[in-house]
Amino acid sequence: MATQKTVSATGNAVVADAMRQCKPDVMAAYPITPQTTIVEEFAGFVAKGRVHTEYVTVESEHSAMSACVGASAAGARVMTATSSQGLALMWEELHVASGMRLPIVMANANRALSAPINIHCDHGDAMGARDAGWVMLFAETAQEAYDNTIMATRIAENPAVLLPVMSCLDGFITTHSIDRVDVLDDESVAEFVGEYAPQNALLDIDQPVTHGAFAGLGGPFFEFKRAQRDAMERSREVISSVGAEYSELSGRPFGAVESWGMEDADVAIVVIGSTAGNVRHVARQLRAEGVKAGIVKVRVFRPFPYAELAAALSGVKAVAVLDRAESFGAEGGPLFLEVRSALYDAETRVPVAGYIYGLGGSDVRLELIERVYSDLSDIAAGTAQPGGFVYLGAR
Amino acid sequence: MPKVADFETALTPTWCPGCGNHAMWRALKETLEELELPWTDFAMVWGIGCHGNGADFFRCQGFHSLHGRALPVATGIALSNPDLKVIVEMGDGDGYGIGGNHFIHSVRRNIDMTAIFHNNQIYGLTTGQASPTSDQFMKTPSTPGGVIEEPVNPVGVAVAQGATFVARGFAGDIPHLKELYKAAIQHEGFAVVDVFQPCVTWNKMNTFKWFRDRVYKLEELEGYDVTDRTMAFETSMKTFHELTCAPDECKVPIGIFYREEGAATYQDDLPQLKAPLYKLAEKPRDISKTLESYGG
Ligand SMILES: Cc1ncc(C[n+]2csc(CCOP(=O)(O)OP(=O)(O)O)c2C)c(N)n1
Ligand code: SF4
Ligand SMILES: [Mg+2]
Repeated sequence: MATQKTVSATGNAVVADAMRQCKPDVMAAYPITPQTTIVEEFAGFVAKGRVHTEYVTVESEHSAMSACVGASAAGARVMTATSSQGLALMWEELHVASGMRLPIVMANANRALSAPINIHCDHGDAMGARDAGWVMLFAETAQEAYDNTIMATRIAENPAVLLPVMSCLDGFITTHSIDRVDVLDDESVAEFVGEYAPQNALLDIDQPVTHGAFAGLGGPFFEFKRAQRDAMERSREVISSVGAEYSELSGRPFGAVESWGMEDADVAIVVIGSTAGNVRHVARQLRAEGVKAGIVKVRVFRPFPYAELAAALSGVKAVAVLDRAESFGAEGGPLFLEVRSALYDAETRVPVAGYIYGLGGSDVRLELIERVYSDLSDIAAGTAQPGGFVYLGAR
Repeated sequence: MPKVADFETALTPTWCPGCGNHAMWRALKETLEELELPWTDFAMVWGIGCHGNGADFFRCQGFHSLHGRALPVATGIALSNPDLKVIVEMGDGDGYGIGGNHFIHSVRRNIDMTAIFHNNQIYGLTTGQASPTSDQFMKTPSTPGGVIEEPVNPVGVAVAQGATFVARGFAGDIPHLKELYKAAIQHEGFAVVDVFQPCVTWNKMNTFKWFRDRVYKLEELEGYDVTDRTMAFETSMKTFHELTCAPDECKVPIGIFYREEGAATYQDDLPQLKAPLYKLAEKPRDISKTLESYGG
């Protein structure tokens, strides 16, 4: 039976610990705030012999993901971590990792992209990579960041999936704040993730293979992409069964979407990441005042859980979507677009209001969330319409 | 012409007290004043790192680029206005690691600009990880078992790749550094100035004292010939990876390693720069006469 101990630690420290418990063969990384301490912690584990990983300090994130791709193709269990500009610099290789079906696990400390330069939290980095073919998990807390890292390993390496997984946590808010976290014992994690059995590994000298060969005009490129789509679709089932198994092990619930107060909610906010905590706090207070407020937190962004989301929102009178990322020129932020699309087949049309908030770490004050719920109450009462492109709290 | 005080902004530098960046900042401001460069005649570009935070502290035409990408941005600026003196400030991680390819190709191009490297043998801004110029075996939070690789030898690489101006300075000797800056900015071609810039917070090995005990000036070395590329290369090879040795065992040269006057620059070989677009577009031309000849 699994034993757990409660620690007070930063999100980055427990992500590093989860990686150690998953025993990767290779880690290649380059420092960037606020990811840095994940890799520094991990380097410390390597130096002390607490994990036997080939740890490579490379000269850029492009090299980091390239080294991960090479190692994964060779048959290794591979992990890395990055943030913001680092993720942007990996862009080429992100597509190679998913296209070659390499189950790399990467932590991403969500941080705004330049310019102008900013080191604080938003989801612009991860959302910019949302079509790169990676499974994407988001954490609200350090606990979820820890849990997601372990589940990510199982999801990525499942033979029905074989896709890289990005496990996101909010820069500084989650990466650097000290939180209460329950950590599993090493043996239980090792047993849960199991040994990685690579397919088509380069180091299998009895079965020589080439990865990434030309698949141009008339070649199987189109079919490769459909195979990737099929794998992403299959990952839904795998994510849910891995989540169920992990819940049993850890005693902590897991859902691709997680709801609070949605049984009888009139108004609901859909949100990703650490802001879910602020929203839940406000919703709880509003409930005491008689407002039927609910919240739906999205924990898996790719594959997007549209059926679960639509089910969670059925029966509400007005929905707000909080996006911590822009999609300039689109009808709203990336989450807004997904949520509205997920609701398209609903029997009654629910008004959906989009809000952009917290870009570059701009403060997410409780009054702002209260304002959103108050807007929703007006929309639900029919006295207001969703206003487009609201920059919540912009001066 | 701007004076030293004119280069300052409303912000006080946030560099740590005692950091070598303060001295480099002062040396460059004084150099610019002494060269009597009008505001309009030069532009600065920074990479990302502690050095790059200088973008906030220098009042001038400037661009704060991305980590590793200062040289390509500067190349664009230099080619769109070839009359500008372009001065680029980079870090050792920034310029020799993540942006190392741009370093080699800028040397190869001999593009007319000045490249200053704040070489503190560490990633300062991200709090103290090993950089491409950290000494072998150095222990840092990213390399608790010690650095495995040999450091980059920036002077040697530049000299070997055919650079036309290569110098190394020390933030602990401002008058000397200013002479290097002046020569580099006035040089026609790609001028490399690698500067030992102690990071007092994270690099506890290569301190001001460490360098003071070891540096000597090439111009004081008998028989040193700055036009002899082989001599420059040999000198760079003798000293670059001895950063852990005792003061009496190794000495580290600073000064101009190599200089070649009159070599063609990249700008020289681009015929379209003889009449750059910004000059052609300078005055709106009256074309009503021409239109009249077509009947209005
Ligand atoms: C693509 C990318 N990767 C990583 C970073 C994070 N980062 C900022 S500065 C820096 C290293 C700084 O070292 P150096 O270039 O030597 O400059 P110093 O701070 O020492 O002046 C790193 C890794 C970044 N900004 N962009
Ligand atoms: S960290 Fe080092 S390089 Fe950066 S400002 Fe402080 S002393 Fe200077
Ligand atoms: Mg440095």
